[in-house]
Amino acid sequence: MNHKTKAISFSLAVLMSAFAWNAQSHAAEAGAKQAPLMLAEVSGPNTFNVNLKKPKARNLPPAEDGIHDPENEATHSLQHPLEAYKGLPPSDFGNYVDWVKALDEGKLRPRWDRADPNEEPFVMDLDIVRPVKASVPDVVFPHRQHTEWLYCSNCHPAIFKPQRLANQISMSAILLGQKCGVCHGKVSFPVETKTCRKCHSKPKPADWQPPLSEATLKNPWK
Amino acid sequence: MSSKIKRNVLKSMIIGVLAYVGAMGIPQTAQAEYADIVINNYADAAGMRPAVFPHWFHRIRFRCKVCHTDLGFAFKAGGNKITMAKIIDGKFCGACHNGEISWSVENCAMCHSGIPGQPTHFHGSTVQRLIAPAYKPLEANDAKK
Repeated sequence: MNHKTKAISFSLAVLMSAFAWNAQSHAAEAGAKQAPLMLAEVSGPNTFNVNLKKPKARNLPPAEDGIHDPENEATHSLQHPLEAYKGLPPSDFGNYVDWVKALDEGKLRPRWDRADPNEEPFVMDLDIVRPVKASVPDVVFPHRQHTEWLYCSNCHPAIFKPQRLANQISMSAILLGQKCGVCHGKVSFPVETKTCRKCHSKPKPADWQPPLSEATLKNPWK
Repeated sequence: MSSKIKRNVLKSMIIGVLAYVGAMGIPQTAQAEYADIVINNYADAAGMRPAVFPHWFHRIRFRCKVCHTDLGFAFKAGGNKITMAKIIDGKFCGACHNGEISWSVENCAMCHSGIPGQPTHFHGSTVQRLIAPAYKPLEANDAKK
């Protein structure tokens, strides 16, 4: 009898401990599962929208960026972008650095001449307004920001004829890497929805009406 | 349909297929800095890693004008046909990478640091993203094999 109760109590104890251990591990699992379940992930668009790209890791060091070979020893002695960007004004696109603002604020002093650190750029402050046919705001091209980085001959006359109404520019040309797209979308700020307003910055006049298409003029709505 | 239109359709199809196949070679997983350029005109064939040019590093130190006006770099990735002979003669990169303004050319692996086999391309370029977005990660290609 005594022997039997001992055996029962022992088996009970084993069962209990097993149960406890099981519950504990379950709790741990649940904890592990719950930990990354943050609001941003639940409501984030990427879980259900396959057309939205996952947020890009920003400014990775050369050895992790996918184009440098980590097996190359010298790769590890290259400067890390984030180290170089310290103190520069941030932006939401490209290198995530506002290069023009950095220059304006004097945070950067890149040389204008290869060897002479004191040579000053030839800056021309002239805004060109380009009316746009579509209903998006008109384009203002500021020469100042461009001439702080570039020389006249970089754009004129090969890319843009320095003459009024002589340059046909379209977004498709830009996206294909012509006109503004020679630099924008490659080095200078990219062509994204976030950057539309950087160029399309002058609101249309209050009385502006979108031009009617030829098809509508021929076949007006009854 | 006239034969001319047919020919044009065929031509554009061939161009599309070629662009797709060409774009397959570029690794999608790369998360390099915007405007990094991989230049692989001659490097692979010469048994060197492709050269990587970081625009961000250089624009902190020099304005666009220095290279794109004074040194004659065209606005085209891989379009300058840079060779080591030209660099040693003080042209292109060699105008600064001469041990005076910047470190000299004996630091081969500082530039020739790209993953071998990458085509010449412009990292983060709008054209590359919109016109040829179909490229797949190298690892995915490896996994299939």
